[in-house]
Amino acid sequence: MPILVCTRHLANIGPCEPVEFDGGDVRAVLDAAAKDHPRLKSYVLDDHGVLRKHVVIFIDGVMQKRAGVLDAPLLQGSEVCVFQALSGG
Amino acid sequence: MSERLILSTRKGLFDLRRSGANQWRVAEKHFLGSPVSISLRDPRDGALYAALNLGHFGCKLHRSDDDGATWTEINAPSYAGVEGDNPPVLKMIWSLEAGGADQPGWLWCGTIPGGLFISKDRGDSWELVRSLWDQPSRPNWFGGGFDEAGIHSISVDPRDSKRVVIAVSIAGVWETADAGASWALLGHGMRAEYVPPETAGDPLNQDVHRLVRCAAAPDYYWVQHHNGMFRSTNGPDAFSEITGVKPSAFGFGVAVHPKDPRTAWFVPAVKDEFRYPVDGQLVVTRTRDGGATFDVLRNGLPQSEAYHLVYRHGLDVDESGDLLAFGSTTGGLWTTENGGDEWVCVSQDLPPINALRFV
Repeated sequence: MPILVCTRHLANIGPCEPVEFDGGDVRAVLDAAAKDHPRLKSYVLDDHGVLRKHVVIFIDGVMQKRAGVLDAPLLQGSEVCVFQALSGG
Repeated sequence: MSERLILSTRKGLFDLRRSGANQWRVAEKHFLGSPVSISLRDPRDGALYAALNLGHFGCKLHRSDDDGATWTEINAPSYAGVEGDNPPVLKMIWSLEAGGADQPGWLWCGTIPGGLFISKDRGDSWELVRSLWDQPSRPNWFGGGFDEAGIHSISVDPRDSKRVVIAVSIAGVWETADAGASWALLGHGMRAEYVPPETAGDPLNQDVHRLVRCAAAPDYYWVQHHNGMFRSTNGPDAFSEITGVKPSAFGFGVAVHPKDPRTAWFVPAVKDEFRYPVDGQLVVTRTRDGGATFDVLRNGLPQSEAYHLVYRHGLDVDESGDLLAFGSTTGGLWTTENGGDEWVCVSQDLPPINALRFV
């Protein structure tokens, strides 16, 4: 399964240590993680389920472009990292 | 006289208690380091609410049912499902007010980008007030200091909780008489200098910075506007401009005496592109005759090289009408216990103060 890990800025909101969640893309992994971390999506996604402007996602160490990132396909063992974008201050 | 003051600051919620005449101490701090845009203590049930604007991670709302000992994150208003060419996204919780005593659990919430929300369950869930959002004029509302319009003033009529007046930067003054089912654009009598002269009187163009009404005389309103000060003695649709006020008629905050509608306070600044105290001297202006004359109150306030700006929610008066406080963008906090004749500095070292109120 893919692995999700969040910035420590999201302590108590999402997993700050790597945790496996089932899902074939980033959206599905976030949906799966939301069962254990019900506030996570509202911190990472905006009112319409779009990645927030100042949140950035890496997959296996590669920064992803915002457009389409939630649909980015994941492999078994892919690591999804959620960070705050420094553009947000 | 109030014994408690809560500050919504750039670096958290500060809960201050009065420890003596003009003496205040920080009793509790919450969300230290996080920007708090507005807070509320519901007088009906004692619940505390704090709206956080986390930047990267959006706007959040927290409630405490034990007066700040513990907090629970509750749902923030959301524009989910609201369509548009650019679907609206919550940018700031800018105003938060309790409904009437006969409306337990009701809260009104004003936001940027211009939506008013209502909760009937103490903030557990929120509903966009579509009757206002769907106004044909709303696409023409525009931002004042922000990219989008915002609702910063919400005043529930103490005589009839279904009547609510709001003010919008920038879309003037609106009133509902039926708890939000329908709205009327009011605010006639104000004028706008930042639009072509032929549209200066259009009530939709009015950039009200802050609207307050007298608790004991609910038809008496005061407005600090982008280009002046206005007052109505007869409801929210009959404003008159107060002119000739020194040192300036520009500012953000206004407070009205809870028992004497003719008494109001302002914190002036150099208009409008500069926004610092005139001559670097921090003053409060006070009228006690409905705006005919003003006192310039300086005692206890810095009169040299002082560059404090006071935001629209940064000035408040308590139920006695004698105790006031104001807080600045540079972390200064002053109080008075005699209506402004003498001020005492509580601190000049707090974080930038977005809002404060006595509770």
